[in-house]
Amino acid sequence: MRHLLRTPAGLAGASLVALMVVLAVAGPPIWGAAAERIDPAALLQGSSAAHSLGTDSLGRDLLARVLVAGRLSLALAALATLIGAAAGIVLGALPSVLPRRAARLVTGTVNALVAFPGLLLAMFTAVVVGLGARGAVLGVGAAIAPGFARLTQTLAASVARADYVAAARMLGVPRRRVLTAHVLPNVAEPLILHLTQALGGALLGLAGMSFLGLGVQPPSFDWGRLLFDGFARIYATPAVAVGPAVAVALAGVGFNLLGDALARAASRTGPPARGPAAPVASENRSPGEPDARAVLEVRDLTVTFPGGVTPVRGLSLTVAPGEIVGLVGESGSGKSLTAAAIGGLVPYPGTVRAARLRLCGADLGELTAERRRRLLGTSLAMVFQDPMASLNPALRIGGQLAEVAVVHQGASRAEAAARAVDRLGHVHVPEPDRRARQHPHELSGGMRQRAVIAMGLMGTPRLIIADEPTTALDVTVQRQILHLLRRATEETGAATLFISHDIAVVGELCHRVVVMYAGRVVEDLPVEGLATAAAHPYTRALIASLPDMDTDTSQPLASIPGRQPPPGEVGSGCAFAPRCPLAGEQCAEAPPLLPYGTDHHVACWKAT
Amino acid sequence: MIIKSLTVRFGAFTAVDDVTLEVPPGSIVGLVGESGSGKSTLARAVSGLVPYTGEIIGAGRRRVQMVFQDPYASLDPRMRVGASVAEGVRLSRAARRVEVERLLSLVSLPAELAGRYPRELSGGQRQRVAIARALGARPDLLVADEITSALDVSVQGAVLNLVRELRAELGLSVLFISHDLAVVRYVCDVIAVLHRGRLVEVGTTDEVVGSPRAAYTRALLEAVPRLGRR
Repeated sequence: MRHLLRTPAGLAGASLVALMVVLAVAGPPIWGAAAERIDPAALLQGSSAAHSLGTDSLGRDLLARVLVAGRLSLALAALATLIGAAAGIVLGALPSVLPRRAARLVTGTVNALVAFPGLLLAMFTAVVVGLGARGAVLGVGAAIAPGFARLTQTLAASVARADYVAAARMLGVPRRRVLTAHVLPNVAEPLILHLTQALGGALLGLAGMSFLGLGVQPPSFDWGRLLFDGFARIYATPAVAVGPAVAVALAGVGFNLLGDALARAASRTGPPARGPAAPVASENRSPGEPDARAVLEVRDLTVTFPGGVTPVRGLSLTVAPGEIVGLVGESGSGKSLTAAAIGGLVPYPGTVRAARLRLCGADLGELTAERRRRLLGTSLAMVFQDPMASLNPALRIGGQLAEVAVVHQGASRAEAAARAVDRLGHVHVPEPDRRARQHPHELSGGMRQRAVIAMGLMGTPRLIIADEPTTALDVTVQRQILHLLRRATEETGAATLFISHDIAVVGELCHRVVVMYAGRVVEDLPVEGLATAAAHPYTRALIASLPDMDTDTSQPLASIPGRQPPPGEVGSGCAFAPRCPLAGEQCAEAPPLLPYGTDHHVACWKAT
Repeated sequence: MIIKSLTVRFGAFTAVDDVTLEVPPGSIVGLVGESGSGKSTLARAVSGLVPYTGEIIGAGRRRVQMVFQDPYASLDPRMRVGASVAEGVRLSRAARRVEVERLLSLVSLPAELAGRYPRELSGGQRQRVAIARALGARPDLLVADEITSALDVSVQGAVLNLVRELRAELGLSVLFISHDLAVVRYVCDVIAVLHRGRLVEVGTTDEVVGSPRAAYTRALLEAVPRLGRR
């Protein structure tokens, strides 16, 4: 609810709707007498001090009549919406329970009704039922129903494809019960949101019907009726038509704004996204002398989101040329956000802080935005899990690769295109000149990932960041991509940061392994020691819980009890302590990452 | 249970082509293959979710239950855990509560979880709930379709252990589908290798892993990542 009132549109909508409700409740008791008082001395007046909106043909005050008409207008609109929604939801839900042939008939009817203009449907119904409020309400209800039916049908169809509905079918749950227990509860929320907006529409529709003379008949009056009466005099005394028109407009706008705001709050989309966060130097920590040899040097990197959510906490990492470093962790450990922070891709509203963030000897925090963009564009290549995240589906592969050379290296179109074909061949894409002319959807997942790597190799990258590049691929293709990454690293002398949840893949590809848990590095060791010399209890448990081709099948697999704390709930102590068999009192304080043998660092009080 | 000459066609495309496979009572049969090999389609056909031609002998409807890959999508977000688990239980109201507790304890979950919603559970706990729900129908065959691939490594081990325990305790027959040969080798007695909708090799786990006959099986085995092999 607080969310709802935070946006100006939501606030305006909620206030307008609240105002309308107050008017509907309090209007008739307060102004009812004034609205009915006939004054033969003041017939058909325009705006004056006594009657700010003028008077009608019987000398009744129009301001009072507008304020009183609110109750009838809103009540009729609510009734029409309820009738339309009820009819629509039943029509929309029927196909899920009826036998196939009857379901098709209902669907066809709904399709035909949706295609029919709403106003025509409303007028037709009103004429059949008879002039007056009842006809208008049923007419508007009939106009609203097809929209509801279509929405219900679409929503129900998407829920019907869910795995939990398949599970219920397998368990022999009857169709009617599937509808009431699974489908309707899961479509209720969007339908209720749609209801608010439909209410605004019904209000306008009813006003329209009354205005056409098809709705409320005298002596009753709603806003549409008042507008109808005032319209004839609009050139002589415009004020008499303005009152009801403004009332209808405000109510319609109010319900629509509130409906929009509710829908947005329900889908939990935040405020519109802004650009990614630039790194900010964190204050009062001396990171020591920079490592001149390193391609990438990160000291004390922290990524924070509002609300105390800190997915990366004081991470330090150094990658040397030609080195492949594996960053391993479970989902939620902060490994992908670490990569995003290095590439300047942390989404708004995240903030990135680091005592040092150096790429190729340049401090990213100190560069201007333009120079940082150029440095990242020429020396960093990123490969993501989903190659379609890096490829534009509307453009040909070759053109997209060439773009890199044109923008960042100032190559001519022809040179760039030739280089694109060359690079595609280099990553073993068969028939590279034909593939270059194809669109991404014409390539298999493995081929697309090759194209993305080729895109990274268009320049001379100093650092390749690969974030779960093989997770979506088959094992045989995964193996080829791993080979390719290793060869690319060897040939270019670039450093590679390979991010994965799969410690076996990391063990096969990388020189050094960095293990993350709940935003911190818990261990950093050479890959040779991974299977036998890991010192942190988490690393050991991770390796023990992973079956490989030599696991003893007569023993149960090791598993770690509990779960990793989410980024908002990490305490000040060792985050692994609640799951750790070795945990003691000391673990209430977070252990620092300390040297442990050669090239090996561990953050654990119990590692000895 | 025997799957006999099972074929699934989608229009002109044959997803599963004349597959014959036996799942002996109380055994776990692993089905491996890459994406597009038809293994998930076969699982859905055996579970009665996809029309097929051919025969499934020895397991009636409701006697086959499936556990899905994504435990975040296979539980109704608006249904309490207890109600989800009770869906397959055909008992009176009072007896149902006792049965739900028994099912939850079978998958090593505390009984008080019955009152929670799926969003309050971790991925591993959700997958246990999905298994408990399937067990509620007392199935002759449990089809496990990539049940650990959406889980973190530290949780995967516990779910695999659970599958083995359930087989030992209940004599459950399982068709265990996975792309991960190391996982299949650990859990299964028999391994069937599916390639482009056809079975290319079936044998005991030791045979298939130790001396694979099909070239495709050898390629799959060769591609399994191994710690420290570089």
